[in-house]
Amino acid sequence: MKAELEQIRREAEQVLASVSNLQDLTNFRVEYLGKKGKLTQILRGMGSLPPEERPKIGQLANEIRAYIEGEIEKKKKVLEEEALNQRLKAETIDVTMPGRRHHRGKLHPLSIVLNEIKDIFLGMGFEIAEGPEVEWDYYNFEALNIPKNHPARDTQDTFYITENILLRTHTSPTQIRVMERQKPPIKIIVPGRVYRSDAVDATHSPIFHQVEGLVIDKNITMGDLRGVLDVFAKELFGPQTRTRFRPHHFPFTEPSAEMDVSCTTCGGEGCRVCSYTGWIEILGAGMVHPKVLKYGGIDPEQYSGFAFGMGLDRITNLKYGIDDIRLLFENDIRFLEQF
Amino acid sequence: MLVPLKWLKEYVKIDVPVHELAYHLTMTGTKVEGITKQGEGISNVVVGRICDIHPHPNADKLVVCIVDVGDRKLQIVTGASNVKEGQLVPVALDGATLPGGYRITVTSLRGVESYGMLCSGEELGLTEEDYPGAEVDGILILQEEYPLGMDIKEALGLDDEVLEFEITSNRPDCLSVIGIAREAAVALSSTFNPPRIEVKRGVGDVNVEARVVVEAPDLCPRYCARVVKDVKIAPSPRWMQRRLAAAGVRPINNIVDITNYVMLEMGHPMHAFDLDKVAGRTIVVRRARDGEKLVTLDDKERLLTSDMLVIADVEKAIGLAGVMGGANTEITDETRNILLESALFDRGCIRKTAKALGIRSEASLRFEKGLDIHNAMAALDRAAQLIQQLGVGTVVEGVIDVCHGSLEKRVLEIPYKRVNDLLGINLSADEMADILRKLEFKVDVKGEYMEIEVPSFRQDIEGVADIAEEVARIYGYNNIPMTLMEGTISRGKKTRKQKLIDKVKDVLVGTGLYEVVTYSFTSPRVYESIGITDPQLIPKTVKILNPLGEDQSIMRTTLIPSLLEVLSHNYNRGIERCQIFEIGTAFLPKSLPLEDLPEEKPLLTIAEYGPDVDYYDLKGKVEVLLEELGLLDEAEFVPHVHPTFHPGRTALLKLEGKEIGILGEIHPKVAQNYQIEERVLVAELQLDILLSLAKEERKYRPLPKYPAVERDLAVVVKKEVLAAQVESCIKELGGQLLEKVKLFDVYEGAQIPQGYKSLAYSLSYRAADRTLTDEEVNSLHDSIVKGLEQKLGARLR
Repeated sequence: MKAELEQIRREAEQVLASVSNLQDLTNFRVEYLGKKGKLTQILRGMGSLPPEERPKIGQLANEIRAYIEGEIEKKKKVLEEEALNQRLKAETIDVTMPGRRHHRGKLHPLSIVLNEIKDIFLGMGFEIAEGPEVEWDYYNFEALNIPKNHPARDTQDTFYITENILLRTHTSPTQIRVMERQKPPIKIIVPGRVYRSDAVDATHSPIFHQVEGLVIDKNITMGDLRGVLDVFAKELFGPQTRTRFRPHHFPFTEPSAEMDVSCTTCGGEGCRVCSYTGWIEILGAGMVHPKVLKYGGIDPEQYSGFAFGMGLDRITNLKYGIDDIRLLFENDIRFLEQF
Repeated sequence: MLVPLKWLKEYVKIDVPVHELAYHLTMTGTKVEGITKQGEGISNVVVGRICDIHPHPNADKLVVCIVDVGDRKLQIVTGASNVKEGQLVPVALDGATLPGGYRITVTSLRGVESYGMLCSGEELGLTEEDYPGAEVDGILILQEEYPLGMDIKEALGLDDEVLEFEITSNRPDCLSVIGIAREAAVALSSTFNPPRIEVKRGVGDVNVEARVVVEAPDLCPRYCARVVKDVKIAPSPRWMQRRLAAAGVRPINNIVDITNYVMLEMGHPMHAFDLDKVAGRTIVVRRARDGEKLVTLDDKERLLTSDMLVIADVEKAIGLAGVMGGANTEITDETRNILLESALFDRGCIRKTAKALGIRSEASLRFEKGLDIHNAMAALDRAAQLIQQLGVGTVVEGVIDVCHGSLEKRVLEIPYKRVNDLLGINLSADEMADILRKLEFKVDVKGEYMEIEVPSFRQDIEGVADIAEEVARIYGYNNIPMTLMEGTISRGKKTRKQKLIDKVKDVLVGTGLYEVVTYSFTSPRVYESIGITDPQLIPKTVKILNPLGEDQSIMRTTLIPSLLEVLSHNYNRGIERCQIFEIGTAFLPKSLPLEDLPEEKPLLTIAEYGPDVDYYDLKGKVEVLLEELGLLDEAEFVPHVHPTFHPGRTALLKLEGKEIGILGEIHPKVAQNYQIEERVLVAELQLDILLSLAKEERKYRPLPKYPAVERDLAVVVKKEVLAAQVESCIKELGGQLLEKVKLFDVYEGAQIPQGYKSLAYSLSYRAADRTLTDEEVNSLHDSIVKGLEQKLGARLR
């Protein structure tokens, strides 16, 4: 009987070696260790053994059972591992195929750039003010030192609603409105939509957007204006950006200036974008005209201030290299999805 | 303002290259917009004489010329018909270049060799202003003798550079060569040499020859006149013509050219009248009569009004003061005696007149900016001097000068510290005075003050700020040290509304919408396009008096048409999906005609088409927005009918009983008006109300400790019964223990009677303090079923 048991062990070893899947392994277990399995069968014959041999054979049988079970477990692990590996292999996908995109929209480029500009000025302690787009002639012109029949009105071809009501030609009227309701210190930017009766072409639109700035306090200097705008330009266009002021004329500031930044395309070497000058004009600025302060109810002997205004559309186009302002208002999805 | 460099150099020493001059002028406030090189692109074109012309053997329309170019004779074929033997013409030699990059080489024209090309004025880039005859159809025939073989640029004086300036409205003094020269001298630290004006003693007495009566002294502070007799009208000399042409003024005849030359040189407009046609030889400066007519020099009849100023004689108007002369006293070839006018007119009056009549003349552009009362006399003398120099006529002795304006000097007292304080620099009074003196201010430093006499040509200088600008621009704007406001540190922050708008945009972008920006004016016909035909329903609008066109003539009251146009644009370009929103302003007049500013109402408008886009997609987006604003629980969606929308797929959004807006599918007819053949969904919400109701505060609710019990409920109700009714009924009956209700299926068809629908909900019950028992849930669930039966006639499916 001992020999039979040894025979079963050897046989089991051989058969197990050839088992190649989990189902066969289950069958193998049943075949050898099940209630009707080979080992059980042999043990049934234990009764015919002399009593003194029984414990020995019993022990041997248990050893063999334990051994086979151990081997089955080992085999099972190997086979499970193999099966998992096979499944993983079968599940291989083409990771280069396109992903399922969550469909998300985008802000308009004008909003993106405006948000950047707002953040820069908020960081310098400015607040954001607003004013009406349909405006009194008084706020748009008179109180900004542009009386009726002043030639400066020529540069701002105006849409009129009535003799005294118009579509604001700039965001500057909000300067006066803020001065009227707030004592200095005043430190605001005014983003907004403005209107000029220009025919539409690649660089002109009858509707466009400005960001106005106004600071009024004691001891505000033109040096402060230069400093603030230099910080702004470096934040918006990058730390390598240089700025320069050129004298200019606006009726509502004196002294007045235009500010250029070193060309954002060539860095100042000269290229097509900057007409080979190395500079690009981005805004008008100046010290608030004493008459304008007076119109706003602020004493020019006590306070001084600066103001600036920039074209948001132009700056947006500059930042993104957009060569036609009409694209901003056409809203072609293929354009909007680029930002 | 165009200024030829050579002319400028006559009055200021310039020994730097032109681009350097331009840089220094620009950086001190006289902005150079561009520099043009005359004759640019022309090379190897010379003066030649046509010696012989014979017909082309193979072509009727061509002739063969033998042309002498000095050192040789060339055979050249031309198609022009205006050539004659003996004429001098521009000849482009083999290898010559012409403006626009054209290159001339030896070619064969119909079998005859042509060793160059005879040039037209156009081919040389010339206009009639540059040279008489430049615009005729044919070869440019030179009118004077030049050495054969001479470079054509030299012959025609095309060797100058012309600077184009942008002169701002405060500096009419710089609308002149002398004004620019003065600035250039300061900018370059060079010397300024204005022309010396001297009139030789004339004959007779001007007061015998003419009389001037100023009846409107308020509009004419000064009127100066001279008389010139025995004038010989002829072309002005070539040098003068060349300068006028380079400055963009067409040469006409010697007298007119001299007045224009003086205007360009000195910045003061002048006019010459044919004195023999001035009735009574008397100039009357008066207001026009209403309805009075005048034919101006451009041969147009002008209808005048009493707020315009005319120059008249004793019978009739003979000129529009400061704007344009009259045809009735125009200088002609027969003119013998002239009256030269150099006056000062009221700037506002000139501007109004020019605007009303639609005339923008070189004269009116200068007068309306405010001119120098002293310069009027200087300009008149300069013209007399040129007339004498060129021998055009006999200047009569004396000047008529009717002056009502003040000739007094203006003196300002400016504390120099204020200038430093405004600029953020620290110059001494003497340093400032030095700068100002260069600009022809007279300065006395008196302690803290500078006593400044303002030159009469600087009408723009009024106070400390103006003086600061003068100092700063010469000191150098870019030499002012950059500083960041000293003193109070302020905190920059957005208002609640500004933050909420940012949030709204953020949420909408997250739902897949692209932000768009569209025009805020539109066509009055848009209401018809969006299906609003009942005049009662068309809103009152703000109208633009001078729109660019009918299509952009009213301020919008809704953003829907603008967004439909964007959808249409994209749809017509084959774009499969277009989902957009805009936050924009509607303009609502309080009354018409407008007496006060209109209400500017911010609207949030969403529009979309595309696969899987339907009412529920749009509503879902609105719900996400409401949820983010803390408003979803109160939101009511009420079925609504509106002509722009599909009558069965449209709802009003209400919050706290207030109408917030509309959402739904666009009526197919409206979609068709915008050429969109798909379902189009639109929502328009009143942003201000939405934001005022928004609840930003969020409070943490503890996570549940006890399990929920789920029950499904399917009821059959009449089709008209709204899901919202069923849901609110369930919620009401379920009370606090009912945690969630979710509609998961809607079914009509087999097993459901006609006119009914089945709604299936999953209900979730939960108590915060215990595990609910089956009995509790069952009894609550049953009461819900019964309640639905009673209230909505629902029956369990």
